[in-house]
Amino acid sequence: MSRQRAEVAELKQIAADIRRLILTTTHHAGVGHTGGSLSEADIMAALFFRVMNVDPENPDMTDRDRFILSKGHATPGYYSTLARRGFFPTSVLDSFDQLGTILQGHPDMHKVPGVDMSSGSLGQGLSCGLGMAMAGTDLGLDFTTFVLMGDGESTEGQIWEAVLYAGADNVRVKNIVAIVDYNKVQLASLTKDAVDIGNLAGKYQVFGWHTIEVDGHDMGQLVQALEQAKVAAKEGPVALIAHTVKGKGVSFMEHQCAWHGKAPNASEYEKAMAEIDQEDAR
Amino acid sequence: MMNMPQKNEMIAPRVSFGEALVELAEQYPSLRVFDADVCASTQTGLFREAYPDRFYQMGIAEANMVGAAAGMATLGLTPFVSTFAVFLAKRALDQIRVSVAYPKLDVKLNGAYGGLPTGQAGATHSSVEDIAVMRCMPNMKVIVPADPVETKLAVALALETPGPVYLRTVRCPVPVIFDAGHSIELGKGKILHEGKDAALISTGMMTPRTLAAAEALAKEGIHVRHIHLATIKPIDEDMLIDAARECGTLITVENHGVAGGLGGAVAEVITEKSPATLKRLGFTDTFLESGDDETIFDRFNLSQEGIMRTVRSMLHTK
Repeated sequence: MSRQRAEVAELKQIAADIRRLILTTTHHAGVGHTGGSLSEADIMAALFFRVMNVDPENPDMTDRDRFILSKGHATPGYYSTLARRGFFPTSVLDSFDQLGTILQGHPDMHKVPGVDMSSGSLGQGLSCGLGMAMAGTDLGLDFTTFVLMGDGESTEGQIWEAVLYAGADNVRVKNIVAIVDYNKVQLASLTKDAVDIGNLAGKYQVFGWHTIEVDGHDMGQLVQALEQAKVAAKEGPVALIAHTVKGKGVSFMEHQCAWHGKAPNASEYEKAMAEIDQEDAR
Repeated sequence: MMNMPQKNEMIAPRVSFGEALVELAEQYPSLRVFDADVCASTQTGLFREAYPDRFYQMGIAEANMVGAAAGMATLGLTPFVSTFAVFLAKRALDQIRVSVAYPKLDVKLNGAYGGLPTGQAGATHSSVEDIAVMRCMPNMKVIVPADPVETKLAVALALETPGPVYLRTVRCPVPVIFDAGHSIELGKGKILHEGKDAALISTGMMTPRTLAAAEALAKEGIHVRHIHLATIKPIDEDMLIDAARECGTLITVENHGVAGGLGGAVAEVITEKSPATLKRLGFTDTFLESGDDETIFDRFNLSQEGIMRTVRSMLHTK
């Protein structure tokens, strides 16, 4: 097995770990956004275990790469990734959403090691990411800011203010990578039945962004695309459209609105974990 | 060091705001200024000229402007975000709430063109609810300076205060009432005129004319206490409680709607701590309109004469 293939295999195993942690976290809490956490799991594994320059021992280091979860409800996926990466013990995940926890329903930058920006009201993350990237240029620091958004979230007007600004000929914000977890399902319906945003890459392109489209569950493609994005972002803003499946990895959760904001009960949890284990063992 | 204008000069506080940013730029190397295409009006254009590399023109997109400022603040910079109060406090309200106030980021907000005076632009541009909205925001502080001198001091106070601050500046010329040695402090009011017949409590550009009213009333034998509150949040509760106890009748005066603004803030304090008779002067549940500022102010008893009329009638019916 080549080194590259071995690395991809390892990242896939990590993504499976993240999925197990997501299910355990939401099952234990009895609440949480399971579907959108499962769809982002591979992206999170690629970012935090390969592409991003972060150090769990030194979460505030000045020149670290930044990450913003603009789809702020997908915290089970975010917290599971941070815990698996070592920012805090995985046992802390048991406190998710409970009174007094550092792991609020939506991320709080002052409570959770590794969280760079508080979020939760959809549509705000990209603007904050631009501010970080602009500050990096302003201060002469070398880092990349990654912002993960949802497809449903993409109807928020503020996102398009940010996209227009960053891609403007006289602006061209550098070192910003917008990632869309295009999982085709939102809270109340399929995305195409709410506001069909269709060809998202084309929209970013006409606003002056360099775009890359990938299968958001193909780890080899993802890693390559994210690394490419990081380099391309030195010249101007980059959007990575990751086509994903909501609830990915658990057959009865996939493509289902019902699993947007729901936690598995005991029997669902058992069944879901078995599916992840089975896929991981292949 | 800031250059302070001379007493009795007429200067628009927006100009003092723009000058203060320039004069404080060396002292605060982290200061950056954000604009939404109104820098020629809000006077942050002065900063753009002096420090072009520290000025960010974000275009007419207030939500993105506030979000970008928040992100920038996470790296230790201090963005002063400036646009018309009517847009900043409401169009970017959720961004201020979630991206600035909740994470307590060091973003300063200049709500320019506060209240009625907007160059007769009318209802859409006259902000009658920004103080109310910002005051109920957790982690937010609200400063409403009276005159050009205090406006400059307010910029310095905002910069030296960690975390989110909302500063309100006005467009029209206002007389300088404070001398260069004046100072302001968060949560501290100032008694500008002594008396016990009633207490006038004012903020912002209403303070110079309220002081003039208090002085003119003294000549009629009516001795009112005049309290100026430069910070609405935190508010000087002790000074208000003393006024309620010692004067019995309170009249608030503001270039803002009476609901939730200075009048609302004072009502909250005295109702709980020391009930007294209260009259709130300000805009009463209405959108404003184009027209001569002073004529409109007078319609709401927000002229010197209107304030005096109100005091006389309150004391008459006491």
